[in-house]
Amino acid sequence: MNVPSDLKYVDSHEWIRAEPDGTVTIGITDHAQAALGDLVYIELPRPGRKLAAGEACAVVESVKAASDVYAPLSGEVVAANDALSGTPEAVNQDAYAAWLFRLLPSEPGELASLLDAAAYSKLIAES
Amino acid sequence: MPKTTSLNAIHRAAGARMVDFGGWDMPVNYGSQIDEHHAVRSDAGMFDVSHMRVVDLHGTPAASPRDFLRYALANNVDKLTTPGKALYSCLLAEDGGVLDDLIVYFLREDFFRLVVNAATADQDIAWLTALAGARAPALRLVPRGDLAMIAVQGPHAREKTWRAIPGSEAASAMLKPFNAAMLSTPGLGEVFVARTGYTGEDGFEIVLPAGHVEALWRSLAAQGVAPCGLGARDTLRLEAGMNLYGQDMDERVSPLESGLAWTVDLAAPRDFVGKAALLAHPPKRWLAGLVLAETGGVLRAHQAVHTDAGEGEITSGTFSPTLRKSIALARLPAAVAAGDTVHVQVRDRRLAARVVKPPFVRNGRILVQ
Repeated sequence: MNVPSDLKYVDSHEWIRAEPDGTVTIGITDHAQAALGDLVYIELPRPGRKLAAGEACAVVESVKAASDVYAPLSGEVVAANDALSGTPEAVNQDAYAAWLFRLLPSEPGELASLLDAAAYSKLIAES
Repeated sequence: MPKTTSLNAIHRAAGARMVDFGGWDMPVNYGSQIDEHHAVRSDAGMFDVSHMRVVDLHGTPAASPRDFLRYALANNVDKLTTPGKALYSCLLAEDGGVLDDLIVYFLREDFFRLVVNAATADQDIAWLTALAGARAPALRLVPRGDLAMIAVQGPHAREKTWRAIPGSEAASAMLKPFNAAMLSTPGLGEVFVARTGYTGEDGFEIVLPAGHVEALWRSLAAQGVAPCGLGARDTLRLEAGMNLYGQDMDERVSPLESGLAWTVDLAAPRDFVGKAALLAHPPKRWLAGLVLAETGGVLRAHQAVHTDAGEGEITSGTFSPTLRKSIALARLPAAVAAGDTVHVQVRDRRLAARVVKPPFVRNGRILVQ
């Protein structure tokens, strides 16, 4: 399973990339997309929405099942990848290119609690 | 530990994602279940359905399987007049609830074959054994754990099967839909070939000795038949408007409220298990098809359906790869008609859906607007 070393992760299977402008980009992991199967519907949070870490804020639906996506950090949504609404399968094709939304974190201290690639790899190997 | 079929190692070697289905470790997909779905609609795909149970009924002069099944099944086995003919039927409880759905094949007057669902097989066998004990003690019920089964489905399924099983074409080319034949093959032993399936496409369901099933799977793969998992099987059967036992009907509902009135023969004078209960309880609901009319999610089992005539519930829902829309089967008040618009509760929203009469797709063609 593909777990890029330059990203951070949470145990609910989202990945997080810190951007130079202080925002973070969020998507679901390759492990998550493989477990869900072919995605057919994605619902994203609107820019301006304020999220608490761990809050359900997006929905990804595969042919099989609907699954919530959780905010890995607290903050305000600054962008949503609306192109995915017509091409949800892009997440299956490359889960790390097909980002879901961007946040401006409000609690920078939370960054330290994220998993690195080694820790996330271990987590999915045990699941 | 879930049970495994004879093809388990092949599925795992092919990288299949495995799930527990009715106590069996089965492939849900080998990559993309949507690709597998399209392979069956446009070409040919194969499914390991060895978890389903073959139960043979052998009669004696004192115990005719036909007499027994005429009472045990809701559909009438007297419709089976030529050897090899198959019939879809419900197995009902005395209160009219559906214990299982099955296919019964008439092979000889002293030999009928049932194919029942995996999760219900043990209780079906116990039920039928008890019923036979009371009505036809000399009847022999033989569960065939020694057999395996592959469904080969799609517009090119038959010709690819003929190439995969040399010598099979002569005996199976003239089979009409819902007919079966027993073939003796040099490489695979006694092979039972039925022109049946669960996808809405042409094709065969092939029953053979478990020891030969791996060879058949490899021969079919060599002919370009795509391995398909239970994921594609579910979207294909739902598009075809076919019920899944345990989801669209079970022991708590009547077949008359499950889209299965056509399989229940109430007119004939014969008695059968559940008949009195069905006559005493006319249907108040029906199993409708729904097509989601807007975006906002996917229709799923157990979502509430709001209609002008009252509440209903989705029993199976999915995204249809052929329609590229979400579709569902839903149990709705009888007053709701095809063409009506209803509203389905999807998370915090009520989404509009159009009521249609299933099936949605047959033989590659979309049948609903």
